Amino acid sequence: MLSPALTRIIALIVKEFLALLKDPKSRSVLIGPPFIQLIVFGYAATFELKDIPYAVYNEDRGAISRTLEAEFAGAPTFRHVATLSSEAEMAPLIDSRKVLLVIHIGQRFSDRLLSGENTQVQAPLQVIIDGRNSNTAMVAMNYVRSIVDQFNRQWMQERGQPGMPAHLESRAWFNPNLESRWFFVPGIIGMLALITTILVTAMTVAREREQGTFDQLLVTPLRPAEILLGKTLPGFLIGMVQGTVILLIVTLWFKVPLLGSLPALYCGLALFLLSGVGVGLLISSLAVTQQQGLLGAFMFVVPAITLSGFATPIANMPPIVQAITRIDPLRYFMVILRKVFLEGAGFDVLAHQLWPMALIGTTALALASWLFRHRMY
Amino acid sequence: MRHSDNTPRGNSTMRLKALVRKEFLQIVRDPSSIAIAFLMPLFLLLLFGYGVSLDADHVPIAFVTEQPSADTRDFEASLLGSHYFAVIHAHSMTEAEQALREGTVNAVVRLRANFGERLRRPDGAPIQVIVNGVDANTARLTLGYLEGAWGNWLTRRADSNAKELNTPVRMEQRIWFNSELKSRNFLVPGLVAIIMTLIGALLTALVMAREWERGTLEALLVTPATMSEILLGKIVAYFILGTGGMLMTVGLAVWLFGVPMRGSFWLLWACASLFLLAALGMGLTISTLARNQFVAGQIAIVGTFLPAFLLSGFIFDIESMPAAVQAITHVVVARYFVSIVQTLFLAGDVWTVVLPNALALVLMATLFLGVTWRKSRKRLE
Repeated sequence: MLSPALTRIIALIVKEFLALLKDPKSRSVLIGPPFIQLIVFGYAATFELKDIPYAVYNEDRGAISRTLEAEFAGAPTFRHVATLSSEAEMAPLIDSRKVLLVIHIGQRFSDRLLSGENTQVQAPLQVIIDGRNSNTAMVAMNYVRSIVDQFNRQWMQERGQPGMPAHLESRAWFNPNLESRWFFVPGIIGMLALITTILVTAMTVAREREQGTFDQLLVTPLRPAEILLGKTLPGFLIGMVQGTVILLIVTLWFKVPLLGSLPALYCGLALFLLSGVGVGLLISSLAVTQQQGLLGAFMFVVPAITLSGFATPIANMPPIVQAITRIDPLRYFMVILRKVFLEGAGFDVLAHQLWPMALIGTTALALASWLFRHRMY
Repeated sequence: MRHSDNTPRGNSTMRLKALVRKEFLQIVRDPSSIAIAFLMPLFLLLLFGYGVSLDADHVPIAFVTEQPSADTRDFEASLLGSHYFAVIHAHSMTEAEQALREGTVNAVVRLRANFGERLRRPDGAPIQVIVNGVDANTARLTLGYLEGAWGNWLTRRADSNAKELNTPVRMEQRIWFNSELKSRNFLVPGLVAIIMTLIGALLTALVMAREWERGTLEALLVTPATMSEILLGKIVAYFILGTGGMLMTVGLAVWLFGVPMRGSFWLLWACASLFLLAALGMGLTISTLARNQFVAGQIAIVGTFLPAFLLSGFIFDIESMPAAVQAITHVVVARYFVSIVQTLFLAGDVWTVVLPNALALVLMATLFLGVTWRKSRKRLE
């Protein structure tokens, strides 16, 4: 036999699920947007460049400069757009964004290279780049640099010159090909779970308030604590199910390696959803109408995602903003997701991320239930 | 009952004035509208202006020298002299790898015991670099900075030591429009587009949907005002509100964030007005189709705010997306405006960028406003 309190809570949870899933509009909100966001984010969010449009302005007509030109033409990341014959053609092309960069080979390039054998004369290669998007410019510059480095090595080797006194041997751990998709896609699990949980919990109470059914709930034998529990659990369960579905898509469709401990990941997800539900209830205890609930959710979710390190690293933020990110539960879950997926982490590494989420969750829930009591009667 | 068109009561201008006044009273008296119109732009501008940065500065790196010598100190100096790195000394490779695993450093640079000796051998000395690749973009930037520091160090050595060779080809970079490569300079102008999308589409969608939901639109229709006048009243009111938001954002971008404004302000204003009309058109279209606040809010966020964020070139480069996603970006109104604001702020009045994009904005605005106008007429008569 179940205790009467448990029966009441289960009945309330069933009612919540029915209310959510029977209404086609709320149902579509639960399924459509997360899926669209997952696909769009998965494919659109990348910092890698491909098909970098470029132009060549070669004032040197020697064979060597042509070899260098051919290096760029053969590189899969570059797309040749134009060959310029005067400096004046440069500005219109870059201004109108037809090319991202212009490679300018000066008049005496071949001469200097040949006379430079066994001396220290260098042949300059000028790269003019559109800096409007600073990140794109920086990434493109690195691609150019690696082609030039390659050319230099080959040149010295062919002439039997001793190599550079020192060279870099670079390796990347955890993500050997430096694919930014591996960085973004696991983070989507946290982002979408947060959006759904907060929306579901923030809207349920507001909807009942607006429709007047909340007063009806209060005259039932349900105690305030039971109502609270009945309102929290559906959001939590939906977050769990959605998180699992996205997790499957991330590993099976986007093929991101999942190296670490799955129990640790789920423990993190549970604590994270706890804090999500806590904040959602906090919003709904303050919101009187659905519009206020929606706005409140928006006002929490947007900064929570921005400051979580999802797209841009927390380390780049000013110190004060970095301090603020410590109250963002998504920040901790992002670390867990990436550490478990890519670095193969287990419980031992993740303790520092788990307890802050538990603390945020319990504080938010305690505050929400206090506010509920005070606004209910 | 609607009035008949040949016996109007009062003139049209007077009714329009009254409608605009009504909209403003509604905006001022509803705290959530004020929140979206004034506080949210300010809040988002500060949040993104300060919170979103792609400039990796003072990247923590662990530096391991197995046998310190004049050569290793020389190389170290080139790292210490760069503001890109915050160098942390590690006593052993195990310690450095541990720091990399824990995430306290982003990269490890290691000079082996025979570094000085191998420097003088023909095959050269290796400098071992390990980066944490989880954040691929930061890892790439870090590698780029390290290569830069390495190249400068080699040139300096060659200059001071006649025996050593220089790299045959030296790369000289000239960066136009944003010579310090500050990411804020391209993110903050893009925010103008995001914030105007928010006011134009989200706020308008919610407000119009509320009128449908509460039935106040029908109440308005029994007055002498026609449907076009009601729509025009809304457009005028939210157009003024959106222009206010635009002016505030541009002002803060220039004075608070110090983004250069190289193009003409009036041209920016003109393009912003076109964009605002298109955004208002989207908001009205959404609310006419949804007629429910919750659904309208959802569609506005998923259909206008997120695309403006992700698919407009605001952060992520459109040309690097897969072809199918690139095709989708052509229907994202913000894409055209982001391109215009980034150019007007950083490059100046480049007509080859402004004109085609402005033309696209005109088309989008006509399309969305046309759809709203037709839909609302059809459904009510």
